[in-house]
Amino acid sequence: MRGRSVRSLLWLGLYAACASALADASAQQAYCEWQSADFAIASPLCGLDGDPARGRALAADSHGGNCLACHPMPIDEEPFHGTIGPPLQGIGARYSAAQIRLRIVDEKQLNPMTIMPGFYRDPALANRIAGEFWGKTFLSAQQVEDLVAYLVTLK
Amino acid sequence: MTRLLATLMLVTLTLPAQAEPVSGYAFLDDSTREMQDDDFSNPGMVAVDRGAELFHELRDSEVHSCSSCHGENGEGMDIKAIARYPVFNANLGGLVTLQERVNYCWEINLDRFPLTPGSSELIALETYVRHLAKGETVNVQTDGDMAPLLARGEALYNTRFGQLDMSCGHCHVQHQGQMLRGQRLSQGQANGFPEYRLGRGRITSLQQRLTECFVSFRAEPFEEGSPEYDLLELYIMSRANGLEIETPAVRF
Ligand code: HEC
Ligand code: HEC
Ligand code: HEC
Repeated sequence: MRGRSVRSLLWLGLYAACASALADASAQQAYCEWQSADFAIASPLCGLDGDPARGRALAADSHGGNCLACHPMPIDEEPFHGTIGPPLQGIGARYSAAQIRLRIVDEKQLNPMTIMPGFYRDPALANRIAGEFWGKTFLSAQQVEDLVAYLVTLK
Repeated sequence: MTRLLATLMLVTLTLPAQAEPVSGYAFLDDSTREMQDDDFSNPGMVAVDRGAELFHELRDSEVHSCSSCHGENGEGMDIKAIARYPVFNANLGGLVTLQERVNYCWEINLDRFPLTPGSSELIALETYVRHLAKGETVNVQTDGDMAPLLARGEALYNTRFGQLDMSCGHCHVQHQGQMLRGQRLSQGQANGFPEYRLGRGRITSLQQRLTECFVSFRAEPFEEGSPEYDLLELYIMSRANGLEIETPAVRF
């Protein structure tokens, strides 16, 4: 049991281990510029539509968004939820899709001190990014839109 | 009396969270603690034994080994001095980590070709020497010549790196004690290094751990033995001042 739990928890190592798989995913599409206004990003990234079921899977996937590493979420089949960030239950009632989008894309625009990674931040801003990730965002535009589509359902 | 209590409460509330250093040992489960505490089950003891062999080894026509100068079982070594590392030594060019001191003795006192930073021989010798000081309190100098170097190490500790754009301090200072998925974040203390990593199945030096961290943020690591890593090692070890040396600790 201990072995299993520790393995499924280890977020850092997993990010590293699955680095190349993810890099492929985000390489599929060039970086799309985005604009924020009033603490929100009104237009979907690259004009894409999101899929809530894929977004839910991504949120729990330690190779993907791994939002569960930091946030308690209504994903009960997963035993371990992080406590670093606030619970995301009810987020869709508190924020619009546009507001949620900015928080996933670059939470640092709201709180410059935050630990939360900017999942679709301009990669040119990163400090000492490893060679294989050069010019790449953490999540693809499609993945961000899938997450937005899922979070708006959390009323 | 109420006033005194109120003042006391205020003081407690305003103390920074990292005021009291806590070893990573406090975050382990019982079975891992037992493994660390028993020399026969502690897998890190293999590196101590390997270090002991190297400590006594004579190569080719050599007449001296480390033990010639430092005692058969290292008893000539001052364990309080070991607990001071990394140290400032103007004769050796400034900041010197324990591995660099061992490598210096290897090269100058044994007249051998220097080892590569992070080589298995250096880590084994470092583990052996630091294990001699097990139970001693980490006591890194923080004033004088060290003060400006520590400030640089601290700045690196609080610098964001890589695609995840996080700093060490985000997890080990700001969010220590919280859960990262199922893992409770410790203070990231270094009092047990070199330590045995169960997940990796190997003894790991502090600078190797730094490389693992950099890779996990998808950042370009620095070289072992680089000025940046030495400064980080200095700052991280100074955070452990007051904690007992546990080398070789056992961690996941
Ligand atoms: C390393 C930890 C971490 C990870 C990983 C993380 N977050 Fe966050 N998140 C935070 C923290 C901490 C906050 C609190 C706000 C702040 O620090 O600015 C936050 C805030 C948020 C908010 C705003 C919540 C509110 O009530 O204002 C949303 C939405 C959010 N995160 C979504 C996500 C999603 C979606 C993911 C996965 C793609 C994710 N987060 C991954 C740490 C994280
Ligand atoms: C010819 C004698 C000699 C040999 C051989 C030698 N050393 Fe040293 N070592 C010294 C001296 C002298 C010092 C400095 C002690 C001091 O500053 O008080 C020292 C310091 C050290 C220190 C730092 C502890 C302290 O007191 O500052 C370590 C660790 C160390 N040696 C390890 C080794 C190892 C490992 C070897 C074998 C690879 C080795 N030494 C070989 C003479 C030697
Ligand atoms: C995303 C969070 C996170 C960040 C950022 C992070 N670490 Fe860690 N670190 C961990 C986790 C998780 C562990 C293993 C569990 C523990 O001890 O907290 C760990 C363990 C450690 C340990 C071993 C502790 C022990 O008791 O053996 C050290 C040392 C360490 N980290 C240093 C660093 C340094 C230096 C940095 C910056 C380069 C850093 N960490 C950045 C999450 C993080």
